[in-house]
Amino acid sequence: MSKIHISTTVNGDPVEFLADPRETLLDALRNQLDLTGTKEGCGTGDCGACSVVVDGTLVCSCLMLAAEANGKTVETIEGMAGEELHPLQRKFIEHAALQCGYCTPGILVAAKALLERNPDPTDTEVRYWLAGNLCRCTGYDKIIRAVQDAAAEMRGAA
Amino acid sequence: MARDDVKTGYKLIGTRPNRPDGLDKVTGRARYGADFSLPGMLHAAVVRSPHAHARIVKIDASKALALDGVKAVVTRADLPTGLTGEDLNLQDNTLAGERALYDGHAVAAVAATSALLAQDAARLIEVTYEVLPHVTDVDTAMAPGAPIIREGVADYSVPEGMHGNVARYMEFGHGDVEAGFAAADIVREHTYKTEATHQGYIEPHACVGQMGEDGRGEMWVCTQGHWYIRRMSAAVLGIDAANLRVTPSEIGGGFGGKTTIFMEPLSLALSRKAGGRPVKLVMSRSEVLRATGPTASASMDVKLGMKKDGTITAGQVFFRMQGGAFVGMSPIGEALPCAFACYDIPALKHEAVEVIANRPKAAAYRAPGSPMAAFAVESLVDEMCRELKLDPIEVRLKNGATNGSKSSYGPVYNVIGLKETLEAAKDHPNYSAPLGPNQGRGVASGFWFNHGGETSVTLAVGEDGTATVMIGTPDIGGSRASIGLMVAETLGIPYENVRVNVVETGALGVNEPTHGSRATFASGKAAVEAARQAMAEMCRRAAADWGIDPEAVEWKDGAAHPAGPNAGKFPPMTIGEIGSKMGSTGGPISGHHEVTAEGVGASFGTHVVDVEVDPETGRTTILRYLVVQDAGTAIHPAYVEGQYQGGAAQGIGWALNEEYVYGADGRLQNPIFLDYRIPVASDLPMIDTVIVEVPNPGHPYGVRGVGETGITPPLPAVASAIAGATGARIRSLPCSPPKVLAAIKANRA
Repeated sequence: MSKIHISTTVNGDPVEFLADPRETLLDALRNQLDLTGTKEGCGTGDCGACSVVVDGTLVCSCLMLAAEANGKTVETIEGMAGEELHPLQRKFIEHAALQCGYCTPGILVAAKALLERNPDPTDTEVRYWLAGNLCRCTGYDKIIRAVQDAAAEMRGAA
Repeated sequence: MARDDVKTGYKLIGTRPNRPDGLDKVTGRARYGADFSLPGMLHAAVVRSPHAHARIVKIDASKALALDGVKAVVTRADLPTGLTGEDLNLQDNTLAGERALYDGHAVAAVAATSALLAQDAARLIEVTYEVLPHVTDVDTAMAPGAPIIREGVADYSVPEGMHGNVARYMEFGHGDVEAGFAAADIVREHTYKTEATHQGYIEPHACVGQMGEDGRGEMWVCTQGHWYIRRMSAAVLGIDAANLRVTPSEIGGGFGGKTTIFMEPLSLALSRKAGGRPVKLVMSRSEVLRATGPTASASMDVKLGMKKDGTITAGQVFFRMQGGAFVGMSPIGEALPCAFACYDIPALKHEAVEVIANRPKAAAYRAPGSPMAAFAVESLVDEMCRELKLDPIEVRLKNGATNGSKSSYGPVYNVIGLKETLEAAKDHPNYSAPLGPNQGRGVASGFWFNHGGETSVTLAVGEDGTATVMIGTPDIGGSRASIGLMVAETLGIPYENVRVNVVETGALGVNEPTHGSRATFASGKAAVEAARQAMAEMCRRAAADWGIDPEAVEWKDGAAHPAGPNAGKFPPMTIGEIGSKMGSTGGPISGHHEVTAEGVGASFGTHVVDVEVDPETGRTTILRYLVVQDAGTAIHPAYVEGQYQGGAAQGIGWALNEEYVYGADGRLQNPIFLDYRIPVASDLPMIDTVIVEVPNPGHPYGVRGVGETGITPPLPAVASAIAGATGARIRSLPCSPPKVLAAIKANRA
């Protein structure tokens, strides 16, 4: 099966690669572009560990074919911090909102997408927004607190 | 960075600094099992049985091997013969022999130049099966007429006349149970069932293995214990463990399920057949659910006698547990001792049988056996409290184990904190919060032994006065931070000046895995001893410089000080000064300690949960949740709370949603996260925690393990809260909405 030439923008950088027609965006990010911060937990869109933002939309990269990324912009966990950590990243460390840390990149990407839409969410809104991101370690308590603390800081900074 | 309380006088222990691996884990840089790659690496896929029980008649890999880019196929014929005991179990589970024993059992593995190609090749491997009768339910497996799935599994302990699927029997007890029941005002007995659940770590198993023609190999793997992976993989492949070097990746959760091997030796076997090229093997989620983990399922009879004042006069249990098609995998040996561990009861009888069934080989899951036992015993205690209109905390205080009690399983408890957790739960506002219609409250206590185990730690003093600690217990939930805190406290240097590294099998002596709630306890204890050794050497270096006896030098606040009236007056010599000069004062300074750690402190906790049940749908909502647990000493309280909250969440999942569902065909019906539904953020409230600190005298800073007990009380506490809300008692988990609705209707009728 011949491969498809893909041109896309990932975390602001132009990239090109050849994708197998069956290859997911997740596999292309991890295996072709060495962006292994995006994780696979299920491969069926149930766990959110592979969350990325494509043209502004939060998606499970395991449910999207790499070929569909052609001409689009993709944001992953690797693009979240600049010289400084994003407030969400810093608050996750400060609040001990990660234990094993495997779900953390996906949750951070999803939480950032939430706060861009709703800078002042209720706890319930955070919980429902993150309901597609499974965490098996924390019971979510410290994750919710970290997101809210980051949101408060970002509102204060705005 | 102030301590949460000031009673200990510690400077660092009890504070909440950032974990050293936090930065890598929030930026995506941390490398987990599937993130590792090597030049020339191949990718593997596994062929798995679609049948619960089948004879493997023929495996034809010729079409797969004919594909360009397919480099090797491995079947059982490629593995050595003659293994016995658990080694044979491991080999049988790595690749099926004559028979596939459960849906998902590995039958063959293939390596190719890409993952997609390996998956294509796996589909081309033709396996001819002769389907055999199967059984998957624990009670059905020992009922008359159930097919005997493996001949001759019963060991010496199994009494005559039991079903051929019964592999082990166990009993113990004390006192006169019949007299105890006769002295009770009420005697009640019921049967309780729990379904198998999976650890549910979000990271699927993954490894890269490489093995050359010389039979030497390396592996990079996500695991709770790389020395276990080394020993087990070597046994399955028939090589010496010393020929394998195993490096642990960061680990994306384990909960007991990554203390053993499932597919790891296949990467090595494929690599060797493929001329030594490295082979990456990553499981899919459905492979994880079908073929790794899970827990045992259990069917448990409990009988209790109670006086009207709540005094428990006698107790009796008979547990039936299946841990898959392999002998020795069910946790009957843990479930029985845990059953009454929270109580001091004059007469107890414990019996259990292990039954084999056509299910995957069970692995440890957070306090293995204890949640099931607690569901049975704590549920019945709650039923009798409600019948006699007694407060469930008062009844537990009246009958609870305490310092010096002889435990239900034999040993005498040293210093324990069960009653302190009960008192703290009683005093917490959640316990007196008003309840509305369709709401109920449940209380339960839980226990885990905790574990010490083989531990080896090295500490090296740096030229700049820092300390590097090498540990062998992978960090799953912040143990680098807690061990760093203890070392910094001991050396009297800033937390930021201690770096804790998890190192590979070539760098230390044997370490048991991060299991049994032992990492902070045992690696911490050994790290403190290693630090003390380094301190003693640094005192010797200072003494030599000052020309005084080493005995006249003491270590405090990160420096050597002359001690006593005759030592002379010298300014303190800091770890930085000693480190900068050590090359010319006798060479590198390090400390090393290895031990089979003793002095574990038993762990107890008490949970209080409020639920609301929708009478129209049977859906249960958790309104409030309180975890109270004795940590001994909380080294890093945030990660202690995290363990409590995470354990509670897993227990709530077990109580409400999670179960292995097998069809009549013996196939797992729900092998994806959509259908095997673990709690999501919107299912749970904040989880309140109270850290009780009754220091463990067996640890230099009083640590007990905190990882496991928290999963135990939620099963009975949630079911009891549902009973409080509805009047209907669920004795078979999970308390899924249809089951609760049916129980409400039956209760009304």
